[in-house]
Parts: sequence; C-alpha cells; structure tokens
Amino acid sequence: MSVISDVLRNQEATILSEWIREMAAATRRADLMSDNDLRLQATELLRQITAATQNGGTDRIDGPEWKPVRELLTDISASRAAQGFSPSETATFVFSLKRSLIEALRKEIKDPAALFQEVWSSTVVLDKLGLYTTDAFIKSRDQLIARQQEEMLELSTPVVMLWDGIVALPLIGTLDSARTQVVMESLLQEIVRTNSRTAIIDITGVPTVDTLVAQHLLKTITAARLMGAECIISGIRPQIAQTIVHLGINLADITTKAKLSDAFALALQRAGRGVVRLNGDKRSAVKSPVTKED
Amino acid sequence: MTVQKTETLAVQSDSDIVLVRQRVRAWAVEMQFSLVDQTKLVTAASELARNTVEHGHGGELRMEVVFNEVKKGLRLTFADRGPGIADLQMALKDGFSTGGGMGLGLSGSRRLVHDFDIRSTIGEGTSVTVTRWK
Amino acid sequence: MERIPILRMADFLLVTIQVDMHDRLAMALQEDLTTKITENSSRGVLIDISSLEIVDSFIGRMLANIASMARVLDAQTVVVGMQPAVAITLVELGMSLPGVKTALNVELGMELLRESLAESLWEMGNDGPED
Repeated sequence: MSVISDVLRNQEATILSEWIREMAAATRRADLMSDNDLRLQATELLRQITAATQNGGTDRIDGPEWKPVRELLTDISASRAAQGFSPSETATFVFSLKRSLIEALRKEIKDPAALFQEVWSSTVVLDKLGLYTTDAFIKSRDQLIARQQEEMLELSTPVVMLWDGIVALPLIGTLDSARTQVVMESLLQEIVRTNSRTAIIDITGVPTVDTLVAQHLLKTITAARLMGAECIISGIRPQIAQTIVHLGINLADITTKAKLSDAFALALQRAGRGVVRLNGDKRSAVKSPVTKED
Repeated sequence: MTVQKTETLAVQSDSDIVLVRQRVRAWAVEMQFSLVDQTKLVTAASELARNTVEHGHGGELRMEVVFNEVKKGLRLTFADRGPGIADLQMALKDGFSTGGGMGLGLSGSRRLVHDFDIRSTIGEGTSVTVTRWK
Repeated sequence: MERIPILRMADFLLVTIQVDMHDRLAMALQEDLTTKITENSSRGVLIDISSLEIVDSFIGRMLANIASMARVLDAQTVVVGMQPAVAITLVELGMSLPGVKTALNVELGMELLRESLAESLWEMGNDGPED
C-alpha cells in the first residue's frame, strides 16, 4: 500500500477538502455536528490512515500498524453514537472518503492496471474500516445494555430492614441464574451493613424455581450462616413446594414458612422480641426499631 | 484466543503463596473483575500455589490476560517438575488427601473458575491451567 | 517471624487477623492459641476475620482446628466478621467449617460466647444461668 501512502501524503489537503465536500452532499447531519468538529474529526482520521499506510500497513486492518486507526475509529463510533448518529451514518463518514481518495489516485497513477490495483486496495481498506465502526457501535451498545440491566437488577430487588437485626428480601418475578447471584450478593452485603442476624427471603412473587436457582438460594443461605446470620425462606407456594420435592432439593436444615408474617414473627422471637397489645391509650408512641429494649 | 499480557512468578515457598495472592489480586482488580470474582480467583490461585509448593516441590505461575472473541479473561497456569499425580480422577474428588491435605485444593479450585485443565505425568510433573472470564 | 497478637479479655481470648497470613504464621497462631488457652484457663476464643479478604482451604482448616483444639480444652470458639465475598467463595470451595460458631461482629460474637458459656454452666448443674 505504499503507493496509496504516497498519494495520501502528497495530496492530503485536496483529499481532505474533497472528502468534506462529499459528506456535505450525502448525509451531513449538521444538526448533530458542527462543521468545525467534522473537519477536525476527518483531519485526524486521514492523518492516522496515512500514518498506518506509511508504517507498512496492508489491507489487513487487524495488523499492529492499524491499531491507532482502530482506536480512533472506536472513539469516533462511541462519540457519534452518543451524539445520536446512526451506525450507518458513522460508517458512511468513512466510506465517503473513497471518492476523493480514488480521484487522487487517478491523478497520480497513469498505468490502468496499476491504478485498478490501488483503487481496489483502497476500497477494501475503507470498506473494512467503515464496517469496523459498525462493530464498535454494536459492542458499545451491548455494553450499555448490560450496564442498564445491572442497574435495573439492583433497583428491582431492594433489601428492606424489618426491624433491628432483621432484614427481608422480597423477590419478585422470574429468577434466572445471573439475577439470583446478583441479588444474593446484595443480600449478604446488606446483612453485614445492618448487622442483621436474620434474613427473610420471601419468594411469594416468584412463579417458578428451577434447580439452578434453588442451588443459588441454598448457597446463599450457607454463606449467610458462615457469616453469622440465619435465613428463613417464606412465601413458598404449593407449586414451588412440589417442584422442590420433585427436583430432590434438600431443604432439611433450612427454616421455611408459608407466610412472610410467620417468618417475621419467628425472627422476632429469635431476637428475643415480641409484639404486644397496648392497653387503653392508643396514642402511646410506637417504639422505634433502633431503640434497645430490655 | 489471543494473549495480551503475561507475567511469570516463581512458586517455591510459603511466602511465594502470599505473593501469588497479591499479584493475582492486582491483576484481577486491574481487569475490573467484581469483588466476588476477584476473591474466587485469588482463592483458587492460593490453593493451586500451595499444591505446587507442597506436592510439586516448587514450580512457577504464568498469568495471562486472554481474549476469546467476545470476552476477556484471566488465565493462570501452575506448572511444576514434581512427582506428578498418580491418580488424577481420585485427586479431583472432594476430600481426597494424600496426607498434608490436598483435600479440597484441586476439586475446590475447579469450582471457583470457568475453565480448568490439568495434565500430569508421573516422574515429570504437573500443570494446571485455570481461567475465569469476565 | 512476627506472630499474631492475642489479647486477653477476662475469660476470653481475642485475636484480630489483619494480615494476609502465610502458612507458617497460621500454624504459629494455632500453637499460640492452644498455649494461651491452657495458660489462662480461657473459656472462649474470638477470632476477628473482618479484615481477611481471602480464606482458602488452609486457613479454613486452621479455623476448624482451632475450634476443635479449643473444645478439647473446654473453650468455645467464635469466628466473626467474615466478608460476604469470602463466605460465597468458601461455600463454592466446599468448606463448611464444622464446629466453628460464627457471628457478624465482635459485639455479637462476645454475646454468643457468653451465651454458650452460660449454657455449659447450666448443663453442669449449677443453680441457674449466669447473667
């Protein structure tokens, strides 16, 4: 690609201005990017491409000579995506360099066979670079989705403190392996943070439980025990009870309660607390959970 | 699979086991593994390093950052020129111990990682490679 | 080699493990504790591992051994402050730490020690549980 490299160097200014003109004709999106920014972006990319070809880069853009270009394209793809450009608009930004580059080649190469060779090479390279921006776009989109999923996960399963030393985790919806792990980790962290000796895991809102999820639950309960806290599982519906038995899951030394309220009562009992009926004056202040009694 | 970064450590003594933990931790942190994943990696490394010191009569650890198309991982290879393991199947069972307690070392660390590979030849040595992906 | 300090608090011994222990240090701790329990006729040992970021099978075994030896010497052991990531990893590793009582922090651990001390006195047929 040394011929292309020479051409790029000799006619840099012309190639650049023709390229920008070409983009104005195609999808310019002046609403998303100023002329100045576009010029800056195009200049930088052209320089990097020139450098890559000078350093011996071939039409295999996965080589080390093309690394700076790949990195620049990843940045461009990300920033354009953030600005609202579609992936094809970003790819077109790269593709539109073809015309001005080929024009420049035509001016310098007289031999038809040689010209065809260089035109072909540059087309191959620019196609690959344009597609690279699309791949980068998809990758960063996937990362964003993963991050959002994580945030949604954290939001959707809060651990609530029911009383001094008693926390509850009301699980809602279908549990998959990944979600269960995240949720269980946050339960254990909350146990430590609130110094809670009892944790109630309520699965009233869980339609089905499979072996993998049951295993995660069991592992979490064992981990909580190692840390010094006991778990109670509540809200086991008849269907889930059947599934548990069918799957041969052993809940032998785990306390289970049908209702969350029963689990809470048990937790209070274990903490040496109880609920009493107040005599007469209903305006007596309710004891706050943080007060140490006895 | 491509390898991005490599580091090699000698695993000869007691204090090397601590060094292994520190280095694996440092790499796992740099690769932004979650805390639980870091802990699993370091614990597995500790187990395997101890095996290398005690049963392998000393060896080395090679740490590598690996890429597998879509994901990034940390690969640890513990190699020694020790006596080798006679019965691999048995050694990989929970609770198996040839005095001194190789009890949970191999079987346990296997559960802490995603990929686990072990090769051993009597009289020549053992090599254990484990990988945890992000 | 530096050794992990063991504090004495009335009938109990308190150990805080803050360093990444190498195997020899762990063995030394085991020995030191057994010696001190005997020397002081201690009834309980509290081991604070809230700073430990790694508990592998060796350290796990050390904790279980300490609990067994202490019991032989008529003392109760409580391990406190295990970090969530450590607990999750231990479970995955397959270690259950049999015979080791656990608590979330030093305060709850001391409470546990006092409770089990009271229980054993009660079992010995005393007038009533100490308070």
